[in-house]
Amino acid sequence: MKINYESEKPIFMQLAEEIENAVISGAFPEGEQIPSITELSATLKINPATANKGVNMLVDAGIVYKKRGLGMFVQEGAVKMLTEKKKNEFIEEHITALVDEAKKLGLTKKDVLSIIEKQFDK
Amino acid sequence: MLEVKNLCKTYRRNEALTDANIRFEEDKIYGLLGRNGAGKTTLLDCITGRIFPTSGESLLDGEPTIENDAALSQIYLMAEQTLFPESMRVADVMKWTKNFYPSFDMQYAEKISREFGLDPRRKVKELSTGYSSILKCVVSLSVNTKYVIFDEPVLGLDANHRELFYTLLLKKYAEKPFTAIISTHLIDEVANLIEDVIIIDHGRVMTQQPCEELLASGYSVSGKAADVDAFIQGRNVLSIDQIGGLKTACIMEKPDRSQIPLELEISKLDLQKLFVQMTNTKESV
Repeated sequence: MKINYESEKPIFMQLAEEIENAVISGAFPEGEQIPSITELSATLKINPATANKGVNMLVDAGIVYKKRGLGMFVQEGAVKMLTEKKKNEFIEEHITALVDEAKKLGLTKKDVLSIIEKQFDK
Repeated sequence: MLEVKNLCKTYRRNEALTDANIRFEEDKIYGLLGRNGAGKTTLLDCITGRIFPTSGESLLDGEPTIENDAALSQIYLMAEQTLFPESMRVADVMKWTKNFYPSFDMQYAEKISREFGLDPRRKVKELSTGYSSILKCVVSLSVNTKYVIFDEPVLGLDANHRELFYTLLLKKYAEKPFTAIISTHLIDEVANLIEDVIIIDHGRVMTQQPCEELLASGYSVSGKAADVDAFIQGRNVLSIDQIGGLKTACIMEKPDRSQIPLELEISKLDLQKLFVQMTNTKESV
């Protein structure tokens, strides 16, 4: 798990994303426990309130649920939910940024499409 | 809650602390930042009754802390200097601390001493600079008072030991919350650890607010000098750096993405840079 402390994105959001990625990759499988707030904050050297804020985002989104006295667990069906969400984010973040950057560099739509095609065929 | 109200401390004609108002709430980690001689230690000494303020008060849950044993037993100050008797052994320092602070956890102290490689048979005067700091860190982490004040806790510690200290602090805090006040020059290292930040400069409290909020109150933009210049027109600019034709400007206002032109890169302020800018003025030459 890696946090970029210089990023413009707040740390709690980065943490939430890192956990989401771990759920998608299967590192944190559905139904299994995820690290506690203590472990997260001590490992990443972040304030526990920040760690809590990040995890609560996932609780609110229904990705993770808390079991009183036991810890936090990955919700069944979380992978499917997250994959859907990531697809939308991918389009919003990367494709938009790609088109902007391409325009900056003076690449045409045709140029970009052919580069993408080549990349897919690799 | 621990608070100071209108606290002033004057040494002869030199005002070390002017009208300081600060509140330390329960179970939060605070960063107390200030340059050399800004008044950090004076403030901490006034809170813990080591010196008397010239005017103003220091209150724990509404009761004055000065000459109040019940209040002071809940506040532990890890001082910058080593005040333990020189010929005392490490193990005895812990035993004596336990006498003054019954909540001191001896087992925990022994456990983390081993993690730091601190030998309990050593005498205080035999300890290197680093290990003197480590002894103070071990005691402060084991004392279990409601308020623990760390004055330059990692002074002289190597990178491994600094990391161990921060890890232990966070674990301890997460397991059994308390109020930690960390006074330090190593801003980068504590920037993500602390919840609230207090900045003192020339004896005055410049800001006290959540760290995240302070960092979100500004941003930096970089790009071609002409683009940056055009953009910062009429904005509250904190600093400008230029390398060749490239410019970076720190701006104090909430970023509004829709207003920032595409050619400019936007990034977060970092606490250390912000601190340097905020306290970089009025240097008498």
